[in-house]
Amino acid sequence: MKLSMLQQSYLNRRTNSFRSAGGPLDSSSDGAIKSPAAIFWLVLHGLCCLISLVLGFRFSRLVFFFLFSTSTSSNMYASPFRSSVELVKTLDVHSVLPTNPGKSFELPVVNKTATNSRVVVGRHGIRIRPWPHPNPGEVMKAHQIIERVQREQRVQFGVKDARTVIVVTPTYVRTFQTLHLTGVMHSLMLVPYDLVWIVVEAGGVSNETAALIRKSGLRTIHVGFNQRIPNSWEERHKLESKMRLHALRVVRERKLDGIVMFADDSNMHSMELFDEIQNVKWFGAVSVGILVHSDNSDESDQKQGEEENQRMPIQGPACNSSNMLAGWHTFNSLPYLGRSAVYIDDKGTVLPRKLEWSGFVLNSRLLWKDAEDKPNWVKDLDLLDEDSDSPLSLLKDASVVEPLGSCGRQVMLWWLRVEARADSKFPPGWIIDPPLDITVPSKRTPWPDAPPELPSNEKVVINLPEPTVKHTTTKTRSRKRSSRKRKHEAKTTDTQVSTRHQEQN
Amino acid sequence: MKIWMWIFAAFVLGFAWSIAAEQGLRTERISGSAGDVLEDDPVGRLKVYVYELPSKYNKKILQKDPRCLTHMFAAEIYMHRFLLSSPVRTLNPEEADWFYTPIYETCDLTPNGLPLPFKSPRMMRSSIQLISTNWPYWNRTEGADHFFVVPHDFGACFHYQEEKAIERGILPLLQRATLVQTFGQQNHVCLKEGSITIPPYAPPQKMQAHQIPPDTPRSIFVYFRGLFYDVNNDPEGGYYARGARAAVWENFKSNPLFDISTDHPTTYYEDMQRAIFCLCPLGWAPWSPRLVEAVVFGCIPVIIADDIVLPFADAIPWEEIGVFVAEEAVPNLDTILTSIPPEVILRKQRLLANPSMKRAMLFPQPAQPGDAFHQILNGLARKLPHDKSIYLKPGEKILNWTAGPVGDLKPW
Repeated sequence: MKLSMLQQSYLNRRTNSFRSAGGPLDSSSDGAIKSPAAIFWLVLHGLCCLISLVLGFRFSRLVFFFLFSTSTSSNMYASPFRSSVELVKTLDVHSVLPTNPGKSFELPVVNKTATNSRVVVGRHGIRIRPWPHPNPGEVMKAHQIIERVQREQRVQFGVKDARTVIVVTPTYVRTFQTLHLTGVMHSLMLVPYDLVWIVVEAGGVSNETAALIRKSGLRTIHVGFNQRIPNSWEERHKLESKMRLHALRVVRERKLDGIVMFADDSNMHSMELFDEIQNVKWFGAVSVGILVHSDNSDESDQKQGEEENQRMPIQGPACNSSNMLAGWHTFNSLPYLGRSAVYIDDKGTVLPRKLEWSGFVLNSRLLWKDAEDKPNWVKDLDLLDEDSDSPLSLLKDASVVEPLGSCGRQVMLWWLRVEARADSKFPPGWIIDPPLDITVPSKRTPWPDAPPELPSNEKVVINLPEPTVKHTTTKTRSRKRSSRKRKHEAKTTDTQVSTRHQEQN
Repeated sequence: MKIWMWIFAAFVLGFAWSIAAEQGLRTERISGSAGDVLEDDPVGRLKVYVYELPSKYNKKILQKDPRCLTHMFAAEIYMHRFLLSSPVRTLNPEEADWFYTPIYETCDLTPNGLPLPFKSPRMMRSSIQLISTNWPYWNRTEGADHFFVVPHDFGACFHYQEEKAIERGILPLLQRATLVQTFGQQNHVCLKEGSITIPPYAPPQKMQAHQIPPDTPRSIFVYFRGLFYDVNNDPEGGYYARGARAAVWENFKSNPLFDISTDHPTTYYEDMQRAIFCLCPLGWAPWSPRLVEAVVFGCIPVIIADDIVLPFADAIPWEEIGVFVAEEAVPNLDTILTSIPPEVILRKQRLLANPSMKRAMLFPQPAQPGDAFHQILNGLARKLPHDKSIYLKPGEKILNWTAGPVGDLKPW
């Protein structure tokens, strides 16, 4: 709207203001141009113009900011409802210095021509409150408003008649269990629908797992499976399939009603997945992104199959042009022949099965012994062979599978199998008790050389056999000391610790 | 037996009422001051005669600069096109209630696309001279049953700068005519009694093309994109937007609830659909297309412009739809917005979701029932029948044809 004719508009404004009729300045200068006041203002104006020219900015604002800042700014905050009369007064104060004399007197001018308008044209102050930071109470209220609006949106546009989600997770106690299970647990805690979490544990119910899943606050069914987890990947996959079937038997026994999905504890799920699976009628399939942890020492292979290596392999339903199920995308394990890991501790790549369990969802009524509208293409759970590789073995006819996620085009969960070595140790419950001690003095300390020994409160030094994370000292100082940078360095002796403590104090 | 009958009847009634209530759960009907005014059909309630002006007043101007079809002042062009093919048009001027002069006076653009208003008064004057000499209808009432579309910044004051506009005042020749304009501010020289305020033009197809699924959760609390300081014309601030935009910036630039910046994102429309509140502060003039965009995208408009008159104010209850914040209360904007109860916010969103509300703000091609064209005609129809006093006695003259700045009197 406004033209960028800087000079023109400024000139216009300036000359205009001088030409504008009415106003105390003009009335005084009308007759007696040579009045001393007018001459004084003129001279002052010229002086200020010169100074501004030299300095390069209008310094009148600065002067008045320093002179009047405390009074006016607090006024502005304290009394938000001010009449226009007061506004005119403050503006007069601000623009008394006549680098632009016409402006300050424009306001009463405009008041005369604008018929009783409360709003005045001209330069207004920019109101800034003295404490600019947001009030935490208000931030909380805003978040509650956002949450309420989103809930309403879900009610209006989201899934109607949401069904309970029954999540089946096979797990076992190991180093990475906390890592994986916490990830799945937090995803499940965010799901906006009713949830039942069936955790099947190899080796029987253990306290660690129980303690972990108790933190979720979800309705959980913790089932033990009396077989220890084997050491080869092949055997592990088989055992996990058996555990999942065991969980399906639990669903059948308890007649749980809802949608069964398989959430392996090492998988990553997005929230859209849970919205999408609500659309399943009987048996659905989603696309799973396979994140294969590739071994870095195979450059020859990379040169050969560059294009294939760029794309992430996806397992899931494949559709023809009319969006009907036409086949399956499965994982191509040929490039990894001979390099895949067989045992847990192998350096090779861990490969998924042909079709992962987690890519399938089914209506729990398919598992019940007697449901009214159970379709006839589903086999009875009891008659299932224990060595089934994927839930497709529950079906007599694989063509009834419903492809979800816009026919498999959306990838909403990812498979990645990362496990520690079988003999890796971890502190039970990840609580370090008794606290660790220092191992060896560090050769390169980040702080300067210590002055002579000062009496320290507590003892410090310990040695650990391996280059794992070294922590320091006592409880009071441990927080300051255990920073990420010093993971690989040993900690100093207690003298340096105490001196640093003293320095910091 | 009878008691059971009564209980049964009450039960059925209650059931039916609850169903009806649930139907009204999603959107609420907007009830204007006179009932559901937005749904009124103007066809049959008025007749408009369109003067045949030489093409130098309309077509040739548009040919010289086709940008006039897409900028926010394009309402004048589309109104002309709509009236030419509308059923309210009559070819017999004797039976017409209203007379329309198709003149595209906002179509003189700078290279940047901003309209220059310097020739508009002369153009308007020349067109009025033409219609008053070629047809008797102007002289009959001195324009009291004529209407003009003047979508410029300050309406018929024909200037972009407020002080100059106020100084000029409304063009003297248009004193008696009805003005259809985007500008509206109470007790302002450039808004005269009986004017119809319309929304600025916003391209409907472009907005339609940027729709996102309605279940995308609204996660932005307050959204605004635009200038806070107009560095070209008012580098220090305080003049532009009466300091209100600068105040918004200074107070809330580091507030995480406020997504405000001067960026020009390509996802502007999509972001508005993910926001709960959209700021619509004044700029050099109090109106802006942001209001239209906020209404179309379901974002509650927060109007920061003292005494503004919003489009179709007599038909749309803006108080119930938007949030009005006084310019002096801008430093407390976060307190104001967070203290609105969630039920009120949900109700405003339901009112905004009403499709008739969105339709009334747009100028679609071809015209659809309930759109802004029809609301303008509704407004004109509500002013009928004309009072007998507008018809001048023979020889009576009210307008002063030589009033106004000398520059305006030059022929165009």
